[in-house]
Amino acid sequence: MKSMARQTTVGTKERRRLTNTAMNVLVYVAVGLALVPLILIVADVITLGFPALSVPFLTGLPQGYLLGGIANAIQGSAVMVALGAAIAVPVGVGAGIYFSEWPESRISFLSSFTNDVLAEFPTITLGIFVYIIIVAPTRTFSAFAGAVALSIVMLPIVARTTEESLKIVPVSLREASLALGVPRWKTILRIVIGTGKSGLATGILLAVARAAGETAPLILTALYSNYFITSLFQPAGSLPYLIYYDGGSGFLALQTAAWGAALVLVAFMLVLNLSVKFFIGRRFAGVRAEI
Amino acid sequence: MGTTPFQFPTKIETRGLKASFRDKVVLNGIDLSIPQDRITAVMGPSGCGKTTFIRCLNRLHELTPGATVEGEALLDGENIYGKNVDPVAVRRRIGMVFQKPNPFPTMSIFSNVVAGLTLNGVRDKKTLQRVAEQSLRGAYLWEEVRDKLSDSGASLSGGQQQRLCIARALAVEPEVLLMDEPCSALDPTATAKIEELITNLKRDYTIILVTHNMQQASRVADYTAFFYLGKLIEFDETARLFERPKEELTERYITGKFG
Repeated sequence: MKSMARQTTVGTKERRRLTNTAMNVLVYVAVGLALVPLILIVADVITLGFPALSVPFLTGLPQGYLLGGIANAIQGSAVMVALGAAIAVPVGVGAGIYFSEWPESRISFLSSFTNDVLAEFPTITLGIFVYIIIVAPTRTFSAFAGAVALSIVMLPIVARTTEESLKIVPVSLREASLALGVPRWKTILRIVIGTGKSGLATGILLAVARAAGETAPLILTALYSNYFITSLFQPAGSLPYLIYYDGGSGFLALQTAAWGAALVLVAFMLVLNLSVKFFIGRRFAGVRAEI
Repeated sequence: MGTTPFQFPTKIETRGLKASFRDKVVLNGIDLSIPQDRITAVMGPSGCGKTTFIRCLNRLHELTPGATVEGEALLDGENIYGKNVDPVAVRRRIGMVFQKPNPFPTMSIFSNVVAGLTLNGVRDKKTLQRVAEQSLRGAYLWEEVRDKLSDSGASLSGGQQQRLCIARALAVEPEVLLMDEPCSALDPTATAKIEELITNLKRDYTIILVTHNMQQASRVADYTAFFYLGKLIEFDETARLFERPKEELTERYITGKFG
């Protein structure tokens, strides 16, 4: 048997080992570089935002140019994201079901394609759109308009992840259900969605996380308010807008408030993404039998 | 081809059954009578249309986009492709077991067995428990799972999963059971158990068994139909088909000259 260390056309064993090590190093450097911005941002947010945190900060209202509270922004964001989700989730899940279960229809194909385009749309244009259809006719900036703008941000994400989660449910499960004499709509509702439900939940959480951090759609729709919400047809505060406005002001107290708000937002994102990881762990529970 | 001079009560009769995928004809006019409460094997080389044939019998074939069916298939004399026939009702009378076991992974063993009932609105616990035990016994699985009915359906071995699927199919009390190579994904021991099970099931059900395994057909089936390239070549009592085939194609297939 020839020695394994002989010269081959792909180079000596030694050269291959060096190349392997070099590639490993390059990959780790790349990962490090990619992490640097994230680490710096999170470090800044924590160190500069933490001093602002306190119970009055989280539950009180702004105090002019002094360090007041951000509860109005927290409430505004919560209300608009929740209302936006209430609109986007049923429509998005419905669309996702249609794309997945009736892929052969031309409407399905066109809508799915349009959906993907909408997902990449600059959100400021969504804000302009909602300004034209809601703010102008009602002659007021409003929480409702803000919610609608956020729902347009969320819709393509929910539809796309729903479609993909349902598509990976194996055909064999659909056929098993149909062969039992279960009508198609029930098969879709109970078996297909039942098996893909963690994927659906993931999509909804991702859409909510995205919408919570969007600023541009709110600038032209909800604008801002320093008070708690009394009516959905009045302007409303939001965390991203507060960060944008107070952060850009010349007052140190307000800038500190902005960092605090950023920390609240980042913490919320973290909780949401951890929930997503939890669901993903269960996402493939439905299809493990096939693997 | 496929005229049968036998005298037996016919459960299913196909007349000129044609099936296509878009422009490709897969079944080219099948005239076949399936005897009641017997096991009929459908055999043939890959691509001969045997799986398409049984998928036409429970109206599953037409659900594939672009798939079409022509001709008639009579269940107890009534055409299942008739104008006002509800395919869902047909599938409750003609059940199917698939090649690869497909229990619902998010459901327990118990829920899997009674899925055909619960998904159709049956809620009474006593009924469900009675049907579950009956079906699991009928599928030779009761003793093995009676203590773990709430475990996931996917936690069983391959052979057990397939028996679970058989139990699930039996629970809706069909009259006909279509089996698409049910043992091809299983080891010999599991296969033997299921073959024994199938032989016992024929007392109460008409069974159509698609198989590419000639030994299995001769072990289990009362009658055998030989398909080739979408046509029915020969149909006879199993013993006679294997010992004295009438058609040359049949003889060549049986002696292993192709397929």
